[in-house]
Amino acid sequence: MSKQIQVSGLDAYYGSHKAIEDVSMTIEPRSITAFIGPSGCGKSTFLRTLNRMHEVIPGARVEGKVLLDGDDLYGGNVEPVSVRRMIGMVFQRPNPFPTMSIYDNVAAGLRLNGRISKSRLDDTVEESLKGANLWNEVKDRLSKPGAGLSGGQQQRLCIARAIAVKPQVLLMDEPCSALDPISTLAIEDLMAKLKDDYTIVIVTHNMQQAARVSDRTAFFNLAEQGKPGKVIEMDETSRMFTNPSHKATEDYITGRFG
Amino acid sequence: MTTIQHISTGRRLKDRMVQGLVYLAFALAVVPLVSVLWLVISNGLARFDMTFLTHSMRGIGARDVGGGAYHAIIGTLEQVLLSSLISVPIGLLTAIYLVEYGNGGRLSRAISFFVDVMTGIPSVVAGLFVLAFWILFLGMPYSGFAGAMALSILMMPTVVRSAEEMLRLVPDDLREASYALGVAKWRTILKVVLPTAFTGIVTGVMLAVARVAGETAPLLLTVFFTDSINNDPFSGPQMGLPLYVFDQAARPNDTAIDRAWTGALTLILIVMLLNLVARLIAWWRSPARGR
Ligand SMILES: Nc1ncnc2c1ncn2[C@@H]1O[C@H](COP(=O)(O)OP(=O)(O)OP(=O)(O)O)[C@@H](O)[C@H]1O
Ligand SMILES: [Mg+2]
Repeated sequence: MSKQIQVSGLDAYYGSHKAIEDVSMTIEPRSITAFIGPSGCGKSTFLRTLNRMHEVIPGARVEGKVLLDGDDLYGGNVEPVSVRRMIGMVFQRPNPFPTMSIYDNVAAGLRLNGRISKSRLDDTVEESLKGANLWNEVKDRLSKPGAGLSGGQQQRLCIARAIAVKPQVLLMDEPCSALDPISTLAIEDLMAKLKDDYTIVIVTHNMQQAARVSDRTAFFNLAEQGKPGKVIEMDETSRMFTNPSHKATEDYITGRFG
Repeated sequence: MTTIQHISTGRRLKDRMVQGLVYLAFALAVVPLVSVLWLVISNGLARFDMTFLTHSMRGIGARDVGGGAYHAIIGTLEQVLLSSLISVPIGLLTAIYLVEYGNGGRLSRAISFFVDVMTGIPSVVAGLFVLAFWILFLGMPYSGFAGAMALSILMMPTVVRSAEEMLRLVPDDLREASYALGVAKWRTILKVVLPTAFTGIVTGVMLAVARVAGETAPLLLTVFFTDSINNDPFSGPQMGLPLYVFDQAARPNDTAIDRAWTGALTLILIVMLLNLVARLIAWWRSPARGR
């Protein structure tokens, strides 16, 4: 059920400001792809173009092609809502729905998208929470508010919520940046497990994390402030971290700038 | 070259002085509130009895003892309910348009402007408008409904502004979280944004209700008044508590003046009761209860 993403010649704008320019890449199914690069180079922007979340921002638009197993996501009569149903997203800051219980948070995607029987909902909620390594911690308090969990638990709740709708692809924007090392490890383990079923893309500022979890890595950079960001290179993670072909990549990875 | 310094005597003095001023301002603000409450309660309790709550003024002269405000209570409740039914949906939808769909465009700026203008409409003018348009021009009778229309003109801007403020407080993170689950925009608004803002919106609506429940002038022009019970807000003159107070207080006899005080007390109690109900609803819906 996981799918390949092919991007070609993609530009993204905020109003008249071009945030990323001419990005082309292939993201393989059943693997983890990491995006690294200095702050402001457009990693989040690019990630959000992959499930048409970019255009939610007033004035933002996209040019270029994104193919999901060959289907153009930006084709003329594609419904953005259906794209987002196939390509889930986890945000940098945990954002559980404050009015909903833990159970309702996980069930939200399914409930809000149509009718579903109670027993199937129960099963999916349990399965998703188990998938997000959260079940044991919350199984006795499913009816308590989701906002009452710790930051790390909230983030795993958001992952559970995202996988409950069974997307083909999971996009994660710095999912561990607000978490302690233990929760971070829990989420990294989770990613390793999820990649059997999903195409996973993760943005991270943590080089070790990129090296640990990802199969392929893309390095984003911008020529100077105010210029659009670009992909400098993309390769197997092992090659990127041992023998990058660009000087800038090497400098960034070894911490000599950025 | 900075060093750790002690707070100078001058600053300490200033701090004390400002603190004193703040307390003084608070006391000044509370004095009228407490004295009004005290007056209304002490004068109103005399006639606050079952007769007052269950009888109208039909056939009772100013000098007679007895009589009540049942007709006025019914009228106020119906008029406020009707005006809420008119202004809350319209106001809420307007606020939703402004926050979720308007994007600061021409239309939304125009709407914002007119809402501001509406906020400044004196209540007599709202009453005059309904009188001129509904009663004189269209030839409709005086009725509770005409009063409700006048009141809803006054309520609407308050509802729009408070709901708008509450909707803007809902973080975009939540909207995006919902979109990212593949939920359509209108469902996101209905199931995520509105529930999150619910408590605040209820509070805003209650403020608007409290504001219009005490309006006298627009009622005078639109519901006229009567001493008898009229349960039907759609035909014939009705009464309202503010009108009742106005009417009774204008008479020279102590019996009537007493009834006016009790009417005012009842009005305060009704608004407080509605507030309590709204708070209960908000509490019942709040996530902290951990349903
Ligand atoms: N909502 C927005 N409106 C206008 N410009 C934006 C918006 N979000 C981002 N930008 C601009 O787009 C560019 C890329 O931003 P983006 O958030 O994609 O960077 P990033 O690589 O994710 O950075 P970080 O690592 O700090 O998260 C930046 O120049 C930023 O100022
Ligand atoms: Mg970012």
